[in-house]
Amino acid sequence: MTARHRISLTVNGDAVDCEVEPRMTLADCLREKLDLTGTHLGCEHGVCGACTVLIDGAAVRSCLMFAVQARGVEIVTVEGLADENGLSPLQAAFRDNHALQCGFCTPGLLTTAQAFLSENPSPNRAEVESAISGNICRCTGYVPIVDAILDAAARLRAKDPA
Amino acid sequence: MTGTGSHRYIGKAVTRLEDERFLIGRGRYIDDIKLPRLAAMAVLRSPHAHARIRAVDLAAARALPGVIDAFSAADLGSDLPLIPLRLAPFKGFERFLQRPIAVDKVRYVGEPVAVIVADDRYIAEDALDLVEIDFEPLPAVTGMDQAAAGDVLIHDDAGENIGTRYTVGRGDADPVFASAPYTRRERFVTNRHAACPMETRGLIAEFDPDTPLLRLHGAAKVTYFNRRHLATAFGLPESAVELIETDVGGGFGARGELYPEDYLTPIASRRAGRPVKWIEDRHENLMAANHSRDIDCDLEIAATEDGRILAMRATVRGDMGAYVRTNGGVVASKAAQFLPGPYRVPAFSCDVQFLITNKTPVGTYRGPGRFEANFCRERMLDLMAADLGIDPAEIRFRNLMEPAELPYRIGELVPGDANATFDAGDYPSAFRRLLSEANYDDWKDRQGEVIDGRAHGLGIACFIESSAAGPPETARVTVAPDGSIEIRTGASSVGQGVETGLAQICAEYLEIDMGRIAVQHGSTTLLPTGGGTFHSRNTVMAGNAVRIAAETLRARCLDLAALRWNVDPNRLNYRDGAVVRRESPDGDTLTIADLAAFATSRNDTLAADGSYDNEGRVSYSYGAHAALVAVDIQTGIVEVKRYVLTEEIGRALNPALVQGQAVGGLIQGLGGTFLDHMIYDDDGQLLTGSFADYLLPTSSALPDITAIALEESPSQLNPMGFKGAGEGGIVAVAGAVGNAVAHALAPYGISIDRLPITPDRLRAALRVAGA
Repeated sequence: MTARHRISLTVNGDAVDCEVEPRMTLADCLREKLDLTGTHLGCEHGVCGACTVLIDGAAVRSCLMFAVQARGVEIVTVEGLADENGLSPLQAAFRDNHALQCGFCTPGLLTTAQAFLSENPSPNRAEVESAISGNICRCTGYVPIVDAILDAAARLRAKDPA
Repeated sequence: MTGTGSHRYIGKAVTRLEDERFLIGRGRYIDDIKLPRLAAMAVLRSPHAHARIRAVDLAAARALPGVIDAFSAADLGSDLPLIPLRLAPFKGFERFLQRPIAVDKVRYVGEPVAVIVADDRYIAEDALDLVEIDFEPLPAVTGMDQAAAGDVLIHDDAGENIGTRYTVGRGDADPVFASAPYTRRERFVTNRHAACPMETRGLIAEFDPDTPLLRLHGAAKVTYFNRRHLATAFGLPESAVELIETDVGGGFGARGELYPEDYLTPIASRRAGRPVKWIEDRHENLMAANHSRDIDCDLEIAATEDGRILAMRATVRGDMGAYVRTNGGVVASKAAQFLPGPYRVPAFSCDVQFLITNKTPVGTYRGPGRFEANFCRERMLDLMAADLGIDPAEIRFRNLMEPAELPYRIGELVPGDANATFDAGDYPSAFRRLLSEANYDDWKDRQGEVIDGRAHGLGIACFIESSAAGPPETARVTVAPDGSIEIRTGASSVGQGVETGLAQICAEYLEIDMGRIAVQHGSTTLLPTGGGTFHSRNTVMAGNAVRIAAETLRARCLDLAALRWNVDPNRLNYRDGAVVRRESPDGDTLTIADLAAFATSRNDTLAADGSYDNEGRVSYSYGAHAALVAVDIQTGIVEVKRYVLTEEIGRALNPALVQGQAVGGLIQGLGGTFLDHMIYDDDGQLLTGSFADYLLPTSSALPDITAIALEESPSQLNPMGFKGAGEGGIVAVAGAVGNAVAHALAPYGISIDRLPITPDRLRAALRVAGA
């Protein structure tokens, strides 16, 4: 169990190396080895969605994947969503719609919504509700999160009319 | 006195100070804290509900490379502390207190038996598998009837499984029942469920016995109380114990109480001579953190033929689990106290029983006792309305207390709480608003209507809810020479926006820009004492403490300016964050930054303290809920199509945060009504130990929600008029939804008397009814 593997990952655009046991989850690797503690663990069995990260643009539960499986992919965590201008439109929409309280589920919801909006830039309310139905939030009752994602979609469309 | 123009913050939906760090992944939750030489702790938990411990063999675990320490009760000596009672400490409970680690016997699945400390968490969990324990399983007590029978004793020395029991009431109910024109008796069950914050519990202990210093990171909720008890437990002066709050991923009552791990982590650190981190996993959280609810209630009502309540009589029983923890008898005692609710109930009698079983101990969960009481009473009112042929809304109007009847002393319905008094309010007004928003008149004659195979029903429920009880709260406001302002509060945050709310109050009273304020609530060393965060109390208690500190600071500013200008302070005014001369308000000014610099030059600090004591007087928020449901006859699946609630909160500090509390509470309440369910088998095994088995609400079935915060009746007990707003969203959900489902299924003769309302239960009942 203790044999270690040296792996190279691409996280938030940076190439990083680390040494992990094969059993180490990607979530633990991000948090413990790379100090990217924005990715949270809520259940460690793939139900709550708090640990969701983007892998090649798709929303993936980092608690259900081993770090050694992440070789050669592009990983984006919540720390990689904002740009040099500050909060992304999605993050700003979360703030402006009061879509977070304790903030613990927020990173997973942001990454889930980011992947969703890249596939469906003009969703309706039911589609948003469905898209985040695998992310548990205990504080907000979800309604402001759905509002925020719809608001973000509108902001993104206005910014980049396709 | 308060802010004008651009400095009006109270009542504004300002964005939160907390949000940015959370949105960019820079929150600092307990598992994000890393310290040099940090070791990881894992807890071996009992797999048995009830068993004697014959032997614990830690040799193989200790031998695993990377393991630093392994211990069980046998390694800790005989003077293990008892986890104290903080609330509702009724006589008799002292026989059922928990020690941090099982001694000789385990009494619930999940009870700590042994502890491993290792270089990292993976190794610590490997070592758990190497611990060998010889258990002698005993029969488990898994129900309240079985507990009361006492054939199997869980705590041998107690001689019974009854934690305590008492009778409370007002008036003389028995003769009323003997002669009342109408009586009915029903049994209602509110199932066991739990708060389930998204972040599991976690702690880091740094215990240096030589200094001495015990620093415990990851504290929450009631840090000053916990510090006092940990100091006692470890034989340290309070000044040597520091509890540090991190960001907290939700509380809802369960987080921040003293648990076994609050002792085991410091013990582990003291033994290992290095900092130790313990992070609970979700399986542990579901079996080891406090459960809640789990109340059954035999309720009788007596009334006139025109539906006026004459008396209520009840037996409320609470399943306490295996030990009585810090929350004591809160859940069942509050269920009893709130049974009569906002109604005129001249005579009331309630027998309250606290039963010990081989299950996880219970504590508070948002709206403790209220959620349960409202379900029972509001269901009963609808049953009575149907019996008497009176509209459910009308029967409530006939019984709701009128403003002229308030304030109303409710009587000693919790032992020792003889002065509980409903303060001023207008219950019928909040109820009328609900009926109008819910279009009640359109629906009342359509109950049970079937549309596309789904039976529809509209249910209503009224509630009253206490807030902001407990010890005084403290604050200190300090101005730095650069004009930045720091608020220190004795309150803590569980993620609900405390920093923002307190900054709003401070900015309004100091008439300054809110962006200059930082709020510190992270450590018991920031202030000498504090109250904490529970019972919807932060805005009222910490908010008024900040107000008092800010008002005192304004006075300090006038005194300092008088010194600086060598004039009488009575000739000065405070305005827009600065002091001006009364005769020339547009002339020279001394800003608070100037005054802070002046204070510094005199070896002084521009700061002020505030402490707010409610002196035992509590404001009650109140209101009503309405749910429109559609029940699929073929599947038993219930859709909540529309939900309306009104809640009188006196005054909204930040309407967006208030809305967040109401909607968040409501959705949690829907979980408690339909999903959340801790299921045990007859051996006392918990069958719902993961999120795949223990279901929580998701975004997939959100109703159309209207949540209205009313500000018609500001609290007369504090100058800002606040009442608590954290629990009104949840407390009446099971009542309203239960009534809605019952209305929908009334044509099938199906009642709702038990939670959760699940498709299989409804289908079973429909099948019996031939549907």
